[in-house]
Amino acid sequence: MQLLEFQAKELFREYGINLLDSISSTNIEEGRKHAKEIGYPFVIKIQVPVGGRGKAGGIQKCQNDDEFELKYPQVMDLTIKGEKARAILLEKMADIKKELYLSIFLNRSKRCYTIIASAEGGVEIESVKNQIIKEVGLGDVSDELAREVAKEMELEGNTAEQFIDTLKKLSKLTIEKEAELVEINPLAIMQDDSIMALDGKFVTDDNSNFRHPELQQYQEKTAIEEQAEKSGFSLVELDGDIAVVGNGAGLVMSTLDMLSDNGGKPACFLDVGGGATTESVYEALTLISQLPRVKGILVNLYGGIVKTTVVAEAFLKAYENNLIDLPVFSRLKGTASEKAKEMLQGSRTNIFDSVEDAINAAVMGIKK
Amino acid sequence: MTDIFGLLKGKPEDSDYENKGVIVQGITGAYGSLHTKQMIAYGTNVVAGVTPGKGGQKFDDKIPIYNTMQEAVDATNAKISIVFVPAKFFLGAAKEALNAGIKLLVAIPEHVPIRDTMETLDLAIQKGAVVIGPNTPGIMIPELIKIGIMPPMPFKAGKIAVLSKSGTLLYEISDALTNSGFGQSITIGIGGDPINGTRLIDAFEMVKDIPDMEGLVIVGEIGGDSEEILAQRIIDSGFNKPTVAYIAGRAAPKEKRMGHAGAIVMGNYGSAESKVSMFNKANIPVAKRPAEVPVLLAGKMEKSD
Repeated sequence: MQLLEFQAKELFREYGINLLDSISSTNIEEGRKHAKEIGYPFVIKIQVPVGGRGKAGGIQKCQNDDEFELKYPQVMDLTIKGEKARAILLEKMADIKKELYLSIFLNRSKRCYTIIASAEGGVEIESVKNQIIKEVGLGDVSDELAREVAKEMELEGNTAEQFIDTLKKLSKLTIEKEAELVEINPLAIMQDDSIMALDGKFVTDDNSNFRHPELQQYQEKTAIEEQAEKSGFSLVELDGDIAVVGNGAGLVMSTLDMLSDNGGKPACFLDVGGGATTESVYEALTLISQLPRVKGILVNLYGGIVKTTVVAEAFLKAYENNLIDLPVFSRLKGTASEKAKEMLQGSRTNIFDSVEDAINAAVMGIKK
Repeated sequence: MTDIFGLLKGKPEDSDYENKGVIVQGITGAYGSLHTKQMIAYGTNVVAGVTPGKGGQKFDDKIPIYNTMQEAVDATNAKISIVFVPAKFFLGAAKEALNAGIKLLVAIPEHVPIRDTMETLDLAIQKGAVVIGPNTPGIMIPELIKIGIMPPMPFKAGKIAVLSKSGTLLYEISDALTNSGFGQSITIGIGGDPINGTRLIDAFEMVKDIPDMEGLVIVGEIGGDSEEILAQRIIDSGFNKPTVAYIAGRAAPKEKRMGHAGAIVMGNYGSAESKVSMFNKANIPVAKRPAEVPVLLAGKMEKSD
């Protein structure tokens, strides 16, 4: 899960990392109050769990009430990479001398945490020049190492000391909260040589959630996603009209790819996990029945030891209970598939021998 | 370099040659017991199980159950274990196994925290042990030994090595290979997590020198850069056996986790385009569909003849 900027900053504050005054709000009435507390000039920043906010117009300066009244609703109405505003952060305008970059992230290929730091921050990580890269095992940063990084960045005096302090705090935060990524970009050197985190990015390791009840308040799940999780499924909602269900993340991704190659538009990615039972397939159909826009269901189950009749039973039950009234295009690899075909004769479920055939039929069937 | 065949088969002079003992951790759980039966049916020599509190009992009336890994290893001298415990208990189970002298640990659980995997790997390196997974379907030499949860049907003994991040795609693609007459010498499930005990590149090192290997199939997916690193290694090492890749997740949206904890594109890091272009650079064709893998492999073989 990627936290919003203001949530990441709440964690930064808890760990003593320097921040400018800022307050988040979800409507303009609240925002007006905050505007008075913070005082002009300030910036308003859209809170979405994706990058590229500045380019999309999601960060705006406000010098006075007129600008605030104009810009707050504009920013609130933006959609960035498909994400709507969760909140608006008002943050005091800063008098910056220089922008640095600092992050600690999980280096997957090296299998260790890694620091990236640069004296040339404020741009996207791909464009950050003169990166200083240090591998730090499970995330612990020693005084010596922090000092070395500051030196390589050519920081001096009080600025260097504050940078070292920030890096140590960031390391503590990474370890204690089990982050996959913590990034401060920019980390600014102010006119008085102090250091401030002007932005914050924080990605959790969701598999460690059970050890972090304190992070649960940041969980942002739709009712349907929560329901999927309870069933042990993974669900990602997409904006097309063909629901895609299968067992195993790789297989479902592969089905999405092939469907898209054939001009179909997936409505969701739904992985029901390794095995397939009447209950799990019925539960999957229950979830799909709650999704908007769905005109058909593409099922791709590879069950070496799964009886396909068990899956057929779930389809029949779903029609019988009026759970769904949609055509199903299904590829069921498993045992007793002839019997399953017989069972489904006359229903709105078609069984195909290959996934390619199921996809073609789904794309054609939905167009009609 | 890890002699994976030495671990799985042993040497012809060994008394347990091609019959290496395997201990099942979490043997009495629903999942553990189901797959223990399946492994035994496949011919895997399961010699003991471990479930704390159930020591002294027998699984299926024949396999002794112990309370601890140390007892199980002392009694059987097995060097291989497979772990079926819930994710939050994985670290404890893995440490116990490695400290008891296990040299090949197959980690089935999904949702193991990254930190726990990293701690496990630190210990494994100290002990000179290999970890497969977590979140893996397992490892197998078809028709000889299966340490994992794969169904038997897709696999057939042969001369193609298959490395896969995904479980069901491993089955799907092995099935397609088998149907086209390409049996498998070994299949290794890398797992769908961000941190893998055996990375694609490690698995490649394990299989690249198999003397009679006729081809290599790499089944990757979005997330991380292990496919890119493997492609670079293949270029650098001059490996020239026919090789084909498949990458799942071309149509996946960015910054969304697609089922696997590791299957996420962040910025350009982990994108399918990046992986496909590196494989192309290594002169490795990338199949568009699982069914296309054997076709491309056959094409590669014709050229190399």
